[in-house]
Amino acid sequence: MEERELLPNLFRTEYQKIVSVLCYLFGIDHIEIAEDIVSDTFLSATELWSVKGVPENPTAWLYTVAKNKTKNYLKRNSFFEQKLSAEIKYTANKETEIEIDLSHKNIADSQLAMIFTVCNPVNSNEAQIALALNLLCGFGIQEIADAFLTNKEVVYKRINRAKEKLKSAHIKIEQPTVSEINNRLETVLTTLYLLFSEGYYSTSQNTILRKDLCAEAMRLCYLLIENDRTNKPAVHALLALMCFHSSRFDARTGKNGETILYEDQDETLWSQELIEKGKYFLNNASTGTQLSKYHLEAGIAYWHTQKEDTGEKWENILELYNHLLILEYSPIAALNRTFALSKTNGKREAIIEAEKLNLNNNHFYYSLLGTLYTDLDNKKALQHYETALGLANTVSDKVIITQNIDSLNKKNLPN
Amino acid sequence: MNEFLLVFRRDYITKEEQLSPEELQSSIKLWQDWFGGIAAQNKLARPLQRWDGEGRIVKSNHTITNGPYAEIKEAIGGLIIIKAADYNEAAEIAKGCPILQFGGNVEIRMAISANV
Repeated sequence: MEERELLPNLFRTEYQKIVSVLCYLFGIDHIEIAEDIVSDTFLSATELWSVKGVPENPTAWLYTVAKNKTKNYLKRNSFFEQKLSAEIKYTANKETEIEIDLSHKNIADSQLAMIFTVCNPVNSNEAQIALALNLLCGFGIQEIADAFLTNKEVVYKRINRAKEKLKSAHIKIEQPTVSEINNRLETVLTTLYLLFSEGYYSTSQNTILRKDLCAEAMRLCYLLIENDRTNKPAVHALLALMCFHSSRFDARTGKNGETILYEDQDETLWSQELIEKGKYFLNNASTGTQLSKYHLEAGIAYWHTQKEDTGEKWENILELYNHLLILEYSPIAALNRTFALSKTNGKREAIIEAEKLNLNNNHFYYSLLGTLYTDLDNKKALQHYETALGLANTVSDKVIITQNIDSLNKKNLPN
Repeated sequence: MNEFLLVFRRDYITKEEQLSPEELQSSIKLWQDWFGGIAAQNKLARPLQRWDGEGRIVKSNHTITNGPYAEIKEAIGGLIIIKAADYNEAAEIAKGCPILQFGGNVEIRMAISANV
């Protein structure tokens, strides 16, 4: 690896590990101290390595320096140590110095504890995602601001407010018990799902950053799989869903950053490796008795990795959307279900069903009607697309609708 | 929005009224599509519940007999609770119920909320 890339890469992988371990040790009230110590460690690395060269084992070097800095900090702040020793007397031997355990096991335990703390519903979903990016993924404030298409100030405030809320609610950074996991895993999965969606559906033009967000969501998901207590079928299903979606990442954006719709994608750009991984995790998910929405969505995503328009494909997708809607209604699932119905039962039946959906403020609803009426009644199709154009907010949505209108106008031209 | 109970009944006894294995297979899609269509309108008021077909009958003399079939041939095949504005809308939704294609019927009852 190039030396120039070494430190940023180590930062990405090690920063959050050491922060997790120190937060786990210090408790929720001292998150900032943990962050300062780890930032300081990386600063030392930047300074020293550029002069003396990179040490033989850079990760071990970082761990040793972080440990020493922590011990020094504790010595200088004996008050803090007294308070801390009281809090952590279960884990550390009081007689000796506090041990900073950067073993593989303790890193994994700390990360799991941190995931459950960060994804605590005391904070809004948006705040949870920002906090996750910052504390669990080592993203800087600027990167998070870019991902959310906002400025540093807003993100900085959002993260600090989220930390304050965790503190005032006395949320502990601890191993979740088995019964807690059953109750709280769902909110953790929701946050990871939203984190992934933020990367996948973001209107940000920064493709590298968006990919990073997706990769981080997948990494955290995998972390849950690696831990016995959180290694549940729904987690495998969520990871499978993420793999299937990610497989189209390179095919869905054009040279100029424009969105390329599914039907128009060059499927040779789909990542077969990720599709295979998705199948592997979906297979693993197929145990137990609980069918989560992630199972259903992963199933739908699996069928979308089959480009060919077969009857079998759309019957399966329709059935999965039926199940998904029965489990949990969402407008987008209702629209996609109706599109699938047009593929299996024909456009006329789908139009009747679509007109019952009552989604009159949704531009996707009118785009769907436009698609369904195309070739049956092009005049009506055009009207619906124009209504959609009036309701759409983002540039990329408007571009797609305009393309549809243009191709309809070509059809309407007399021969 | 009100809640309506939809009860599907048909004759599960008379031999000539029973579905062939092929019909039974294709009826699955009909049911799924109908439930999915109601759910897509966000008009499912409760999660779906499947019911065992065997059942028991308790009579006034406290005797218990097998089977849901009392003196009539018709039995409950299933039930759902939906959201609809009034009986008219509930009946429109019920018109799509696959049981009607197999000689059955749908009984509709509006729920009365506790505070009325």
